[in-house]
Amino acid sequence: MHPALSVIFFTTTAGAGYGLLMMLGVLAPIGILPPDRVFGAVALALALALVSTGLFASLFHLSHPERSWRAMLQYRSSWLSREGVAASVTYLPALVFILGWVGVGNTSGTWGLMGVAASFMALVTVLCTAMIYQSLKTIHEWHNSLTLPNYLMLALMSGGVWLSALVHLFGIQAPTVDAYVIAYTAIAWGLKVAYWNHIDTTRHPSTRRTATGIRARGAVRLVDPPHMTDNFLLKEMGFRIARKHALKLRRITHVTAFAVPLVGLVVALVLQGPVAAGGAVVAALSASFGVVLERWLFFAEARHTVMLYYGEGPA
Amino acid sequence: MTSLPQNETPRKLGLVIDLDICVGCNACVTNCKEWNTGGHSAPLTDLHPYGRDVDGVWFNRVHTFEAGSGRDHRVVHFPKSCLHCETPQCVTVCPTGASYKREEDGIVLVHHDWCIGCKLCAWACPYGAREFDEDAGVMKKCTLCIDRIYNENLNDADRRPACVITCPAGARHFGDLGDPNSAVSRLVAERGGYDLMPELGTQPTNKYLPPRPRRDHAEATGAPDLLEHLDEEDQPGGFLGWVDRLLSR
Ligand code: SF4
Ligand code: SF4
Repeated sequence: MHPALSVIFFTTTAGAGYGLLMMLGVLAPIGILPPDRVFGAVALALALALVSTGLFASLFHLSHPERSWRAMLQYRSSWLSREGVAASVTYLPALVFILGWVGVGNTSGTWGLMGVAASFMALVTVLCTAMIYQSLKTIHEWHNSLTLPNYLMLALMSGGVWLSALVHLFGIQAPTVDAYVIAYTAIAWGLKVAYWNHIDTTRHPSTRRTATGIRARGAVRLVDPPHMTDNFLLKEMGFRIARKHALKLRRITHVTAFAVPLVGLVVALVLQGPVAAGGAVVAALSASFGVVLERWLFFAEARHTVMLYYGEGPA
Repeated sequence: MTSLPQNETPRKLGLVIDLDICVGCNACVTNCKEWNTGGHSAPLTDLHPYGRDVDGVWFNRVHTFEAGSGRDHRVVHFPKSCLHCETPQCVTVCPTGASYKREEDGIVLVHHDWCIGCKLCAWACPYGAREFDEDAGVMKKCTLCIDRIYNENLNDADRRPACVITCPAGARHFGDLGDPNSAVSRLVAERGGYDLMPELGTQPTNKYLPPRPRRDHAEATGAPDLLEHLDEEDQPGGFLGWVDRLLSR
């Protein structure tokens, strides 16, 4: 699949924003994060800025953004529509929670419940995003039960690293945050390894033979494509990445998205002061870069059944 | 409404494509473009039509495949357009309701004024039947010539899809595949018509008829195996014999 930059930008920034919101909405009400108004303002502003820029990026990916309100209508059948509804609903409790934390300096009671609600809606939004991809039977690399947990854990991880960084920059004593984010990163890494292993060792049921129904002996080969130049289908779905390039990018992802952040977070957890803050910031920057790379690969490695008609082998 | 019709549609209009007959001439491709660039989906935009990177919207495309080798070798011309599936994911993924399947005849259409151009339906169609119009920013697709088949200004013979009426070889048939007694359903039953990628559960309405078994034995044509051998001894006599001797000199 063609790795469109707007979609990569949307899913990674919004994912990090929702991950951050998920953590803030729960950790503040249960008292792991203090109701410090400045810290709350910065952390929540970051979360909402990430979410909103992501959503805007996704709107500008559309050729008719002025009609985008219609995308909320078909929630009964479409995961994209459900995502739109969930993303919009998330703003309501999130704004009330902001009012409580930043305006009143209170994250308990009803204000806290609003945080938990925002956190829950952020979770639902991320799950809907993941289901858009996971539900597509045409793409082997997406239509498997690892896509959804991968999306969720990467969102928690990429939001969590920023929470860790903020906590240290504000000099807040909350080692639990580092511990959580270390756990998220480890789980996300394990899931990504499982995901790559899965797509490398399994096959899509469709082949050139099932696609054409041609039953003659021997392999079915394309002699003549329907046209000389690339059409919409080839531009949108014909993207292919060489195996050796993919493997190299996977290695860089292992290092930047998971290994470096883990080291940085452990430094942040066990050490104190500026070194700890430095570790957390390095973890945040590296993870953010790594997740963009991971998302690029998620698209670039995905192969669509229509390519069987253009002479490609099965996915 | 991107939920699929609750009940089975009373009619299932679609195409039957005979791979035994198709010669890959692209007449259907051309007439499809010709009709549809002025019809329901108009225009079928062409980008850089005179440049090097020609691109454009086409609802029907012919691929040519081969399989086997030596005596088993086959070349198959393979026209492909929307199959008007019974349970198409292209419809259910659409967030806006622009994509829909008609209750009355099962035709899958796009309401162009509602489409936001998210292209998710193109990702969901296994067959590559959806065509994005870059210029209009909306998704377009084969309408089964909805503006011909119900068009009362046309005479009966012309109320069929443009690709079907134009096929010079008679490789394309149009009809109601929901009625087991229709001509197309009988053809499918007789010839073993099949679905493309049945494993994906889209349940296409359009069917493909397989190439017939190859006839490569002379008997099958009714001609003798070899012509009778003419012996030197049995030379004709008389006038023909004289002509033969004259010419053989
Ligand atoms: S062929 Fe593709 S576009 Fe047509 S109905 Fe089936 S899934 Fe939808
Ligand atoms: S591109 Fe248009 S028709 Fe296709 S899913 Fe998106 S809104 Fe629906």
